[in-house]
Amino acid sequence: GGMAAAVLLLLLLLAAAGPAPGRADAGRERRDALREELLLSPLPTGDVAATFQFRTRWDADLQRGAVSHYRLFPKALGRLVAALGVRELHLALTQGFWRTRYWGQPPLQAPAGAELWVWFQPTVTDVDKAWKELSNILSGIFCASLNFIDSTNTVIPTASFKPLGLANGTDHHLLRYAVLPREVVCTENLTPWKKLLPCGSKAGLAVLLKAERLFHSSYHSQAVHIRPICRDASCLALSWELRQTLTVVFDFFSSGQGKKDWSLFKMFSRTLTDACPLASQSKVYVDISPKNKEKELLEVSPPPTSVHEAIVQGDRRTYAVYDLLSPSLFNTSRSLNVQLKWKRPQDSSEMPIPTLHAQRYVGGYGLQTGEICTLIYNTHPYRAFPVILLETVPWYLRLYVHTLTIITKGKENKPSYIHYQPAQDRSRPHLLEMLIQLPANSVTKITIQFERALLKWTEYPPDPNHGFYVGSSVLSALVPSVTAMKDMDVEQSPLFTSLFPSSDGSSYFVRLYTEPLLVNLPTPDFSMPYNVICLTCTVVAVCYGSFYNLLTRTFHVEEPSRGGLAKRLANVIRKFRGVPPL
Amino acid sequence: GYEITFSLLNPDPKSHTVDWDIEGAVNRFVKPVLDKLSLVANFSVDSQILYYAVLGVTPRYDKESSSFLLSAHSLPHVINPVEARLGSSAASLYPVLNFLLYVPERSHSPLYIQDKDGAPVSTNAFHSPRWGGIMVYNVEAPASPQTSLPLHVDVDMARVMEVFLAQLRLLFGLSQEEVPPEFLLESPGNEGLADWELDHLLWAHTVENIATVSTTLTSLAQLLDKIGNIVIKDDVASEVYRAVASVQSAVTELSLGHLLAAFQASKEAVTCSERAFFDPSLLHLLYFPDDQKFAIYIPLFLPMAVPILLSLAKIVRETRLRKKEPTKMD
Repeated sequence: GGMAAAVLLLLLLLAAAGPAPGRADAGRERRDALREELLLSPLPTGDVAATFQFRTRWDADLQRGAVSHYRLFPKALGRLVAALGVRELHLALTQGFWRTRYWGQPPLQAPAGAELWVWFQPTVTDVDKAWKELSNILSGIFCASLNFIDSTNTVIPTASFKPLGLANGTDHHLLRYAVLPREVVCTENLTPWKKLLPCGSKAGLAVLLKAERLFHSSYHSQAVHIRPICRDASCLALSWELRQTLTVVFDFFSSGQGKKDWSLFKMFSRTLTDACPLASQSKVYVDISPKNKEKELLEVSPPPTSVHEAIVQGDRRTYAVYDLLSPSLFNTSRSLNVQLKWKRPQDSSEMPIPTLHAQRYVGGYGLQTGEICTLIYNTHPYRAFPVILLETVPWYLRLYVHTLTIITKGKENKPSYIHYQPAQDRSRPHLLEMLIQLPANSVTKITIQFERALLKWTEYPPDPNHGFYVGSSVLSALVPSVTAMKDMDVEQSPLFTSLFPSSDGSSYFVRLYTEPLLVNLPTPDFSMPYNVICLTCTVVAVCYGSFYNLLTRTFHVEEPSRGGLAKRLANVIRKFRGVPPL
Repeated sequence: GYEITFSLLNPDPKSHTVDWDIEGAVNRFVKPVLDKLSLVANFSVDSQILYYAVLGVTPRYDKESSSFLLSAHSLPHVINPVEARLGSSAASLYPVLNFLLYVPERSHSPLYIQDKDGAPVSTNAFHSPRWGGIMVYNVEAPASPQTSLPLHVDVDMARVMEVFLAQLRLLFGLSQEEVPPEFLLESPGNEGLADWELDHLLWAHTVENIATVSTTLTSLAQLLDKIGNIVIKDDVASEVYRAVASVQSAVTELSLGHLLAAFQASKEAVTCSERAFFDPSLLHLLYFPDDQKFAIYIPLFLPMAVPILLSLAKIVRETRLRKKEPTKMD
């Protein structure tokens, strides 16, 4: 009653006093935009890889902390970037391993487990404190155990992980990299990831993301990438870009039931019904590139809205494009179920081999020493190129750098740049970064020996455990491409081609991860304290008791007793038998 | 401090494209009020737009008014599902006040909130203590059924902010006072609350803080009595001393009538006492109770001690008998 009148009065005063801003078109110019995209690529082994990308671009300056009105950009991540002075953030949660040798080079690979690397702004004074706060906050947002990131698994790489967005000056002390190989990814990590999308999982491409199909796969990787980009060609102002990517590989035998024909319904048990109303672009790309320079082997139905050709990772590839925003797509049927059929069975003997792939394993025997071996293959017929190898080894495997050997084609290969930081027990892991030149058509073997340490008894994991994980090593390289690539405008080209900035048209950037390793450390027998207590107590009871009795027993004569119960019972039985009693 | 978040919920972006000039509205309407309240606490304001966020309750269709109604007893169930979408304020530790503006879907328009008597609420809004408020903003149906979707909606920020600011006042405990008929109440003007209301707020907070500090320190003292072997670190002790000194100065300032100084002192007292009480080194379970120590050592020493004690008793009995015998023989 009276209160409402009072407040109404005050607002009338305000409305009269303050000038009403021009509202005609203030709301219509949008400062943020969303693009969504799905790429389906059949793999040589019969599996199919689906890569989702959701890109939100926001023309605002998050650094100065003045902006706090969010629309498409999620508020949780925006406040995180502004409050902690983050320049670039890359977080990936992966289950499974991308088999580069059989599947080809991935558009964006992530190591098994959780990986987090962050570039901070130069204005941040205490980077370690900001890093710790950031990993704890992200652990809360994504329901992942990122709070286990501490100084024992964080490294500062000097040559790998250059910024992917705009950067002026790169002081590598502002970079932090950590990987948690033991981290498991499941539905409770997918749900908060989906919640960050503007349309959620209710419209657009995200309706396909149902957990029961996504986790029934060989490889599942979801990632969040935040970086600053140029607002336009003149690059006078900054925009922020948030990319959420999800890559999943469906297995030929378990999801495909042994048949090479795939469809959206078979993969996701859902079909697409519409595009996200907030998206300015919503497309599905299917890789129909002819392999082995023959006629098209792959047929897609329904017919695509257009066909797009692009040079991706050095090859010329053709894509069938379905534009969900074009009105003609949903004319005939209300839902879109893209089906891939093979016109002719593919010869499995002609699998293309990727130019760069690697393998890593532990050698040696016993629980005292061992050897980490990395094999890097360069299958390009005539071009050599350098590769940067980053290895992070936990402190309990004591590396001996004098045993580091790099052998290519039987001869020793000296790296042109080595950065080695030895470990400190319980505070820092080993960091080894090397720039190695790979000759054409060669295999390079890198071995380094280590010794296993004995841990304190509280540091061992509970008895039923896998062992101790060693995180994947990272290979970054500019691979020379077969066909020259033109410079493309980021806004016009598909999202999967603009992940990594390309410096020139003759090579493309690739980041590969090797397998994580499992090692066993010498474990003491934890039942010994119990055994010792039992033995000591038994010895004490038996020996002490007997000696004490011997020393202190007094003897005295005892009257013969009339007979106890046993004698009386025996007498009763004797009476029955007719024998004289005792 | 407090964080105030304005959220626009649009469950049906295909039918409605909703725009709100939240930045302008915050600067014109909300900032003066918060500037006046800045003596009490620090405020930070932000806003977001959430799509496909639905209320957890299906409204009932009412044939007489041909509108949808949300009854008063279903209102508590509305907040929980929405809160999952609002997102946690991860970057700071301050409590959050949420003000939500809900634009109902076309299939559920118009939507009205009913109070306990069944009449529709005039402002079409409700608030929940310590959480925030929700207002339902109805969009008129288009004049002709052939207008193309989505409809463009420009939110009337003056009407919305009127309700939100009234809810903010209620959340802070400033309800409208009933004045006797001879008195005229001066309008608070641009700032939304009068000086005397601010004083009342400061005084209420000061008294509440002092009560909290005394309860906390009393609990701490009781904990120390219960566990005899707690180790109190030096910084915990200094926090306790500072809290006590601040409370005493707050009480003195209150009696002298210096409200602002009393409020600052009570704020400091609360911070120090909370820091002392929640220090990790005071965790109750860190200290062994005495009966657990007995439980560990008894199984080891009791079997050994029993024969010793028995034979000691026998020796004592025998010496006593031997002492008596010479007197008997005599």
